[in-house]
Amino acid sequence: MSYVALKMLFGDRAKYLMLLCGLTFCVMLIVQQGSIFWGLMIWSQSGISNLNAPIWVTDPNISQVAEVKPIASTTVERVRSVPGVEWAVPLYRGVGRARLANGEYHQITLMGLDASTLIGRPGHMQEGRIEDLRTPDAVVVDQWAVERMGGPEAIKVGTIFEINDKKARVVGIAHVQKDFQNIPSVYATFERATTYAPPERRLLSYVLAKARDNEPVEAVTRRIAEQTGLGAFTQEEFGWKTILWVLKNTGIGINFGTTILLGFIVGMAIAGQTFYLFTVENLKQFGALKAMGASTFALARMIILQAFTVGLIGFGVGIGLATLFGTLAASRGQLPFSETWPLLWLVFGSLLAICIFSATISIIKLAKLEPAIVFR
Amino acid sequence: MELDTHTAEASVEGAPKGPPPAVMVRGVIKSFGTGDTKVTVLKGIDLDVRMGELLLLVGESGGGKTTLLSVIAGILDIDEGQLDVLGVPLPHLPGGKKTKFRGQTMGFIFQQFNLLPTLTAVENVAVPLLIHGTPKKEALHRARTMLETVGLGDRTEFVPAKLSGGQQQRVAIARALVSEPRLLICDEPTAALDGENGQKIMAILRDVGRSPERAVIVVTHDSRIFRFGDRIAELTDGRIVSVRGVPKTPPGELTGPTVGGGAPSASTESPS
Repeated sequence: MSYVALKMLFGDRAKYLMLLCGLTFCVMLIVQQGSIFWGLMIWSQSGISNLNAPIWVTDPNISQVAEVKPIASTTVERVRSVPGVEWAVPLYRGVGRARLANGEYHQITLMGLDASTLIGRPGHMQEGRIEDLRTPDAVVVDQWAVERMGGPEAIKVGTIFEINDKKARVVGIAHVQKDFQNIPSVYATFERATTYAPPERRLLSYVLAKARDNEPVEAVTRRIAEQTGLGAFTQEEFGWKTILWVLKNTGIGINFGTTILLGFIVGMAIAGQTFYLFTVENLKQFGALKAMGASTFALARMIILQAFTVGLIGFGVGIGLATLFGTLAASRGQLPFSETWPLLWLVFGSLLAICIFSATISIIKLAKLEPAIVFR
Repeated sequence: MELDTHTAEASVEGAPKGPPPAVMVRGVIKSFGTGDTKVTVLKGIDLDVRMGELLLLVGESGGGKTTLLSVIAGILDIDEGQLDVLGVPLPHLPGGKKTKFRGQTMGFIFQQFNLLPTLTAVENVAVPLLIHGTPKKEALHRARTMLETVGLGDRTEFVPAKLSGGQQQRVAIARALVSEPRLLICDEPTAALDGENGQKIMAILRDVGRSPERAVIVVTHDSRIFRFGDRIAELTDGRIVSVRGVPKTPPGELTGPTVGGGAPSASTESPS
């Protein structure tokens, strides 16, 4: 009877297409919004992931990576003395203003890396060499700085601008993950960054560290926290801490969650109603099948097959369209878009729920159907 | 003129001289609703349908014909009485077995054909076989053969919307017969057709549907098709008021008024 069920489904093109459109819309909306949401969350902790350090030592009351609470400069040595730590280096992170030659000001995130190791350096350089940071007045800017501060004509290797009235010379352009706040980053050595920074008693923002190869990173992280009284997090922990802070303090989760929920409800309503109508309009035919000896169970299997077939096709088309959107719209990194396997599984589960709901209301109708209807 | 007169009463009381009847109905009562809204549609029906015969069930609208048909098909349960179909006491069968029994032994032809609109003629005919697990290839082969039998060998791949009303009913007949049922139940098979097509359909039912191993019950209002039956049972107000034989006259000579407007021109005997 699977053959008959599929012929019934595909044969009624108008209803099939409406069902498919409903499910596709639902899947596309959830995947698209979910991917943008997750993309934003990735952006929100790009200040951590771009530096790629296994352990972050912070002020004990830190909330998130962008909310810097400086710590004592002796912290680096204290961390280095914790058993299991392979290395520990200082990191400066602060907000500054760059003044271009044409007089324009641009807000920047200033990053100061340990000069000897350059740990925390960007993973990929578009132009120039990161090692040139060690030369006088050298800074490296990210590709977003080029974009936001006037384009390749205004910012390129060799360009000179000022940070806090001090000279900065661009020696390279790095390629990094965009920041949630869309503020360009400027990299310098730790010592130079502190000269750019406004005078403060404490200028050490974070200590980046790594556990020895034979030591579990979580255990070393806990040990650092216990022995220094500071905050210590693995990269993943600090990333999640930042994401949760953003979710809690920006309302972004509620906004996207509402859209995703609406997509789910609209998809369920469209699919459920269309599928129910599809069943109701074929009630006499189903009655005839019952009269001819088809059991309710057999008819239920037909309905389930129809629901899941159109559901799977809608899932595929919806994912395809959302991916196409993501590929086109987010290809230049202008739109946060991260399509992940957990999201796809979540959407698949949602779609299964919609299919089960649609099939169930139809099966209930069929179970109550008296085959005597065919004689009326 | 050969005349076969039987009353329901006579069938009941007479000793069975041949094979058991295909359908034996005794004192069947069927009601709908409860309390003040209770309506008794069948008020003690006695009726036999023999193997090899084509019985016409006639009567006024609302007289209980369709209910009796549904009861015989095992689609509706009876309140009281005895109902044996092909020797099986149908009311005693549980729901699932009843459905299976119906599928294996009965064929149905409906007034509105009830063909699946998205399936071709041959696929529609194959449906009863597919329901009972016949492999698709074999089912389609048997369906094609059956369509050729009813004269639609050149329309096998047409969907119902591309067929005339008469052709659709022939597809429905092929669908009803493809699983070789022993009881063929037809509900107003000519009601949606013009006179000429109605005659053709009945001729097919008589020629293809009838066999010594099969009984055919046809509910109809159409007096023009009475000549195709062996007997006519008239059902009025929930009771069989007469069962009479149909004179065997050459086709086309016997016509009569529409049921409800008077008795057909055949000898009748009312049950006592």
